[in-house]
Amino acid sequence: MAVTELPTAGMLPGGPGEGVQVVIAGEELPTQEMTLSIGPQHPSTHGVLRVVLTLDGERIDTATPVIGYMHRAFDKLSEARDYRQIIALSNRHDWLSAFGNELGVALATERLMGIEVPERAQWIRMLMAEWNRVLNHLMFLGSFGLELGAMTPMFYAFREREDIQTLMEMATGARMHFTYCRVGGLKEDLPKGFLQYSEVLVKRIRHRLLDYEGLLLGNEIFKKRTVGIGVLPGEVAKSYGVTGPILHASGVAEDSRKTEPYLKYSEVDFDVPVGNHGDSFDRFNVLFHRIEQSLKIIEQVHAKLPAGPIMPGKMPKYLKPPEGWTYVRTENSLGETGYYLVSRGDTKPWRLKMRTPSFHNVSMIPYLLKGVLLPDLIAVLGSVFFVVGDVDR
Amino acid sequence: MIFYHFFSNPWAVFALKLAAVFIFFLTAPLFLGYVEHKGLAHMQSRLGPMEAGKFHGWAQLIADGVKFIQKEDIVPDAADRRIFMLAPMIVIIPVSLVFLVIPFGPAAVSCHAPAGAGACGFWGENFDVGIFFVLAISAISVIGMLMAGWASANKFSLIGAIRGAAQLIAYELPLVLAASAVAMQAGTLSLVGIGDAQKAYWFVFPQIARFIIFVIASLAELSRPPFDMPIADSEIIFGHMTEYTGIRFGLFLLSEYAGIVSLSAIAVVLYLGAWHGFFVPWIPGPIWTLAKIGALSFLVIWLRATYPRLREDQLQKMAWKYLIPIALVNILLTMIFKVVF
Repeated sequence: MAVTELPTAGMLPGGPGEGVQVVIAGEELPTQEMTLSIGPQHPSTHGVLRVVLTLDGERIDTATPVIGYMHRAFDKLSEARDYRQIIALSNRHDWLSAFGNELGVALATERLMGIEVPERAQWIRMLMAEWNRVLNHLMFLGSFGLELGAMTPMFYAFREREDIQTLMEMATGARMHFTYCRVGGLKEDLPKGFLQYSEVLVKRIRHRLLDYEGLLLGNEIFKKRTVGIGVLPGEVAKSYGVTGPILHASGVAEDSRKTEPYLKYSEVDFDVPVGNHGDSFDRFNVLFHRIEQSLKIIEQVHAKLPAGPIMPGKMPKYLKPPEGWTYVRTENSLGETGYYLVSRGDTKPWRLKMRTPSFHNVSMIPYLLKGVLLPDLIAVLGSVFFVVGDVDR
Repeated sequence: MIFYHFFSNPWAVFALKLAAVFIFFLTAPLFLGYVEHKGLAHMQSRLGPMEAGKFHGWAQLIADGVKFIQKEDIVPDAADRRIFMLAPMIVIIPVSLVFLVIPFGPAAVSCHAPAGAGACGFWGENFDVGIFFVLAISAISVIGMLMAGWASANKFSLIGAIRGAAQLIAYELPLVLAASAVAMQAGTLSLVGIGDAQKAYWFVFPQIARFIIFVIASLAELSRPPFDMPIADSEIIFGHMTEYTGIRFGLFLLSEYAGIVSLSAIAVVLYLGAWHGFFVPWIPGPIWTLAKIGALSFLVIWLRATYPRLREDQLQKMAWKYLIPIALVNILLTMIFKVVF
């Protein structure tokens, strides 16, 4: 885009034998980089992430994510709430994977207190966590398409999400912030007809995934926009602490459901889809196939769900974990969510530190955006799956 | 007898035609906008507008228009005030002028215009250089786009306007090349003449490649998906329209839909046999023309529901590497056929 090639002085042809002398003042025209602040209110950053770009034409020189517009001090707030209240608190920072978040808090507390969770409750927790994962991934499947200009997948995704939310509402009474986990088990058992509807839904969504395949994965323009864009090598991803679908797309199959199974994940059969190149297309592809794997797990839960209680027989009136600490890893929808819980024997945690996947995903933005074109900003930003509430907490 | 006197007055006829063109220019985009609302909605398993006007939201766009008029007309402090306010007019006037020369039907059988038989029919004005006029005038809109982008004093607007200008320069060429081959085949630059020449067969049949090039280039000129980079809402908010509010924004939107109708109309006249129908010849010509324009406009809407957006450089590559060479070869072939047969 340099304008320096322009001649400093030249002749514009006029009539025969004459001309106009054009003198451009100065040795060369100065060029200047443009600073563009995208966000916090901008249609392409879902939520309030701000990215400050310096542009050379349409090419991005540097990109700096600015976070903190949605900081709500969940970690600190947890220190003033008791263990039962934290569950209602924790499903709000990442509103797209509410059940996955509350599950982690329950797991950490149970581990610290040494509570044995009934078999049935563990299976149901797994069922809900996987449905929540599908719910989350559908959202990103749709929004990524929307950011690239394909409107329709978004509406299809919301059609499917509506069905799943109806299902979750049957059991939990809520459509978004489920608060279905309790320390020790679950709020209540599954209602009548839940499993039948769940089975119908697995079939329906599996069938409808073909639509997404046709509209996005198989679409020439979609491939042109995403293949080879925002390549993230596995080593770099690991060094940034990136987890979940983004790490898998870079070819690293690290999934705590496999490597450090919690609940009953060791008893179900599923794969961790991985990509080869770590580009935007791979990230999207991995996300898509994770839905299929989740549906596979859900089907196995349907077959294996045992009867029995959903809460241990006797629970203490006040939850007072003994002094000590624990760290629980869960494979949440967007990646690994860790819960570092320190107790001083009180009804409230002394410290609860959450390690959220979105925060680490967002830290990749400067690396991924260096040197890409402005339109590719969207293809990259949309494929670095994050929820702003989960970044800031 | 009074009718005879009225129609033999060229000024009265001219005023009547002008009024008809103006009404068409105002209503066709509204109708198309409604079809887009409902069509897109049903393709995306939604209902679309359902409330305004009671029956399936038919009055939604009228309500939108009234809303646009009521809104405050904001001009940003840093904007170049006069140019900012002028830009929407520059965009919309050329689009409206295109409708003046589109022939909707054959020449009237009995014509009372002083110029004699064949001089009047279902068109505003029969220029000898109709096709040239249409292509030239529709390219003026980009100046308005650049004015809007520059005067808004907004970086997103500027990027959008530059993209729009680059896109127009790249796609004007295949558009003109594709159209000029039609003129060659028909042997006339007059749109009415081109329509007449398709009595035996529509030009789309021998020249399908040219038709596809024309449609792709028109989509790019209109900045409609998959070529809507100048207004890519997820990247640059709304391109050159970002800072506009109220009626000026409404004018931009109107010009977008009017643009779809006008370019569809041109494509129909150039390739799809203008007013010539098939199977049911008793249906009058203007109905045929309108039906074909509607079908082509619907295709534009359909594409919006289907495709993601291309990138600006990919778009340029497509124009210069594929469309223009194909169009040039096409012209060559047309010339050879014209000379040999």
